[in-house]
Amino acid sequence: MITKRIIPCLDVRDGRVVKGVNFEGIRDVSSPVELARIYSDSGADELVFYDITASAEGRRLFTDVLAETARSVFIPLTVGGGINTLEDFDWVLKCGADKVSVNSGALRDPTLVSRAARRYGNQCVVISADVKRVDGVFTVFARGGRDNTGREAIEWIRRCVGEGAGEVVLNSIDTDGVRGGFDLEMLRAVSDAVDVPVIASGGAGCVKDFVTLFKTLPRVDAGLAASILHFGEVTVADIKKALRDEGVNVRI
Amino acid sequence: MIGIIDYGVGNLFSLQSSFAAIGEACVVTGDPAEIRRADRLILPGVGAFADAADKLRRSGLFDLILDEAGRGKPLMGICLGMQLLFKKSFEYGEHQGLGLIPGRVEPIAKAIAPGLKIPHIGWNALQFRHKSGILEGVEEGSHVYFVHSYHAVGCEDFTTAVTEYGGTLTASVQRDNVAGCQFHPEKSGQVGLAILKNFANM
Repeated sequence: MITKRIIPCLDVRDGRVVKGVNFEGIRDVSSPVELARIYSDSGADELVFYDITASAEGRRLFTDVLAETARSVFIPLTVGGGINTLEDFDWVLKCGADKVSVNSGALRDPTLVSRAARRYGNQCVVISADVKRVDGVFTVFARGGRDNTGREAIEWIRRCVGEGAGEVVLNSIDTDGVRGGFDLEMLRAVSDAVDVPVIASGGAGCVKDFVTLFKTLPRVDAGLAASILHFGEVTVADIKKALRDEGVNVRI
Repeated sequence: MIGIIDYGVGNLFSLQSSFAAIGEACVVTGDPAEIRRADRLILPGVGAFADAADKLRRSGLFDLILDEAGRGKPLMGICLGMQLLFKKSFEYGEHQGLGLIPGRVEPIAKAIAPGLKIPHIGWNALQFRHKSGILEGVEEGSHVYFVHSYHAVGCEDFTTAVTEYGGTLTASVQRDNVAGCQFHPEKSGQVGLAILKNFANM
């Protein structure tokens, strides 16, 4: 049977890994290529690289890092951040990405998802949504969690899947960086609403949070991990071993 | 020299990097002369069957691949490239493939339990069937990375591995010098690299 995936997520700025806490107080961690190799050797099932650079120079550094990673790490690579056009898709795919994640770009122009799915296939297009509760309503935010779009999240995600997105990354702003566990309530609502793989993001603080995630929500396919891994307190292998011990099917 | 056939379908960067990582010379090419010169051929592919088969025909590579495989040159299809090895696909209508391996391509929905997610995306375990050179040294139960909604059926005599996803899906096939993997060896870590190495020595 298919395994649950553990996916380290690297936020990259100017060619270096960073991790924001509640999207503020950004701190520098390490070399993305080096981290990617360590994670892959430790059993990561896939990697996500988010480019959080604003400048053209940073963009070039990012794609250099991506290409260097793709030359030495042989697991699927997903790229996101600043993907607004089909040309952006083209550029990162040529540098070794397997899947491309769209967020603000799709909110600005919802046809981006369908156009990309037609050209590259659904398996290539990942819709990433930053979601926060506003007056009790799951609401989509754009631009790294800064702008409230006023869109209801479930409806938005369903629409993107209908347009051809092959996977969903759900990032809960409410739990991101807090390291108190995944947002199970929000994840349940999304995984019940769509029939493509759902990847949980935001809130993993300890190994047990992954066990709770997959035990509570068997329809969730993968868990994203960032700060929990980057400081070396916990490895991908630790997470997978704990999952296996609890009867969750993983690749070891 | 391994020729990775470029007919405008899919991303060949990772395949090229994988062969580089295992020290095998390869070239990405759509040039018939270069394809004839190559010692062995990889037929990659992602996307829709009909579109890919059309592109192969329009580029004149369809008959060339049949000729080269017919002369005994090792050929491995990957993902959609594996599906193209079969005679027929039923992806949005009925389409003709290369017919190098008997069998047909059908939606996995016909083979798996209802309610499971489609595409079948992620790492799944290999269960061996007929012996295959490209799986030499690979442990049964090893996980490889799949992304697909269709798979080959009616090819039991040539099936070398299957995987379980609420039903049995064809994972790899081989008939003499022609092999195919439904999964992506270039995205399957060390196990995948071992399979590509086996192909390079086939």
